[in-house]
Amino acid sequence: MKTESKLEKVLNSGKFAVTAEIGPPKHASGDGMKHHADMLVDYVDAANITDSQTAIVRISSIAGGVHIKEKGVEPIVQMTCRDRNRIAMQADILGAYSLGMRNLLCLSGDHQKFGNHPTSKNVYDVDSMQLIHLVRRMRDEKLFFSGEEIKENEPRFFVGAVANPFADPFEFRVDRLEKKVEAGAEFIQTQCIFDMERFERFMEMVRERGIDERVHILAGITPMKSWRAAKYIGNNVSGMIVPDALVQRLKNAEDPKREGIEMAIEQINYIKENVKGVHGFHVMAIAWEEVVPEIVERCGLYPRPNVD
Amino acid sequence: MIIAQQKSIQDIASMIEDCNKVLLVGCAGCVTVCLAGGEKETEVLAASLRIKRRLENKPLETVTFVATRQCDPEYIETLESYVKDVDAVISLACGVGVQYVAERFSDKWVVPALNTNFIGGSLNHGEWEERCGLCGDCVLHRTGGICPIIRCSKSILNGPCGGSQYGKCEISKDMDCAWQLIYDRMKALGKLDKLMEYQPPKDWSKSRDGGPRRAVREDVMID
Ligand code: SF4
Repeated sequence: MKTESKLEKVLNSGKFAVTAEIGPPKHASGDGMKHHADMLVDYVDAANITDSQTAIVRISSIAGGVHIKEKGVEPIVQMTCRDRNRIAMQADILGAYSLGMRNLLCLSGDHQKFGNHPTSKNVYDVDSMQLIHLVRRMRDEKLFFSGEEIKENEPRFFVGAVANPFADPFEFRVDRLEKKVEAGAEFIQTQCIFDMERFERFMEMVRERGIDERVHILAGITPMKSWRAAKYIGNNVSGMIVPDALVQRLKNAEDPKREGIEMAIEQINYIKENVKGVHGFHVMAIAWEEVVPEIVERCGLYPRPNVD
Repeated sequence: MIIAQQKSIQDIASMIEDCNKVLLVGCAGCVTVCLAGGEKETEVLAASLRIKRRLENKPLETVTFVATRQCDPEYIETLESYVKDVDAVISLACGVGVQYVAERFSDKWVVPALNTNFIGGSLNHGEWEERCGLCGDCVLHRTGGICPIIRCSKSILNGPCGGSQYGKCEISKDMDCAWQLIYDRMKALGKLDKLMEYQPPKDWSKSRDGGPRRAVREDVMID
């Protein structure tokens, strides 16, 4: 093991890993996050704490990590390149590690245009690819981003990244994934999968190049609450594909929420059986964390392995 | 060239509210080409301000002049005789020109008539687009001649990010994704392997982050 991350241990054990997402609130209380952590603690190996997702100001991912860690859930700290320059990023990387965080997920971040501060200035001093490389270098070569030596107590993160098989240009998505793996990514969480056929094509290319043997890929699963939400995402969120059949199924359902949960379960079971190269699931039940336990259980992913 | 656009008449008028006589100085450089601060725009702005003030019963006297360039001290000198008896100077140059005028006539109230937007080129008549972010360390040879610094909304050097779809950027369906353009161009050139090379973080000290930059050509200096 290169780090103290539990997620790393689970992934290296060869069992399917399960991660979830806990979205911090737009206020200064961590109680809700702790409540969600209590709910998830036995059902996931680790949980992402988003970093002012969709560019809306929320409790920071590191502070959120402290809250859920208190409740026994291992945090995956998300770090976007949108809000911090390389000095602030490294300060947060050191700080997060000092607070016991062991997983760091590097991503570009949603543009501020759609958030609650559209007039802010974005930073993008480094991009996600560079962040992956530099966090790995902090750990493996004990170097700051500048190349200066970290004399002691270097942060030893298990480094993650994201991949979006539904964005364009499609052919380049596998290249970019490989580039992230070359840069140092050790686990990958994908964008929410609704278009299974496209995901399978993506994974086929991944396997052809043996990328699944060099990195742990966790498939992104999102249960949908309503056909309107599904349609909205498909039409308005750039980089997401929601097939019409899925929208129709929700529309025809007597109990759409139930149907949404069933569909998520079907997807996971389908991937487990049919899509080789996937090493785990990242269940993003946005503002619907309470459904995660049922999904995990009914996919045969409960109880979670004990790796300590 | 530098692309600029005129501020609203209200905004400009409010900057010279208490003046009775003003000099409007156009610039025959970039802002003439982008139709923001040339001779015609200078005259039209002067007339508009006069009309506005007449309607408010506070008549304004205007003098107009167009400098060859406002970013060169030599051409600012030509303003001297016009500046003397006005209460304020309205510069229709880019931000550089406004500062040169203010610096030369330090006891005058000098105000900008334009918002200086970017450096770019024309797309159609009356339409311009930003093409360079003035980063000071050009990478166009690595990106198929398409600037990721300014044409990518996140200035990503190892793009495209996960928001690129159907050739467009996540921030607008009207905005091309620079990295899709880069990908297409590199593919057409048979150079996709170049995009697999990791691009390290940029040295922003060569950009605006090191304070005002200077460019020196000693071989052409006179003393
Ligand atoms: S890479 Fe830098 S210098 Fe080159 S076009 Fe882009 S911003 Fe301008």
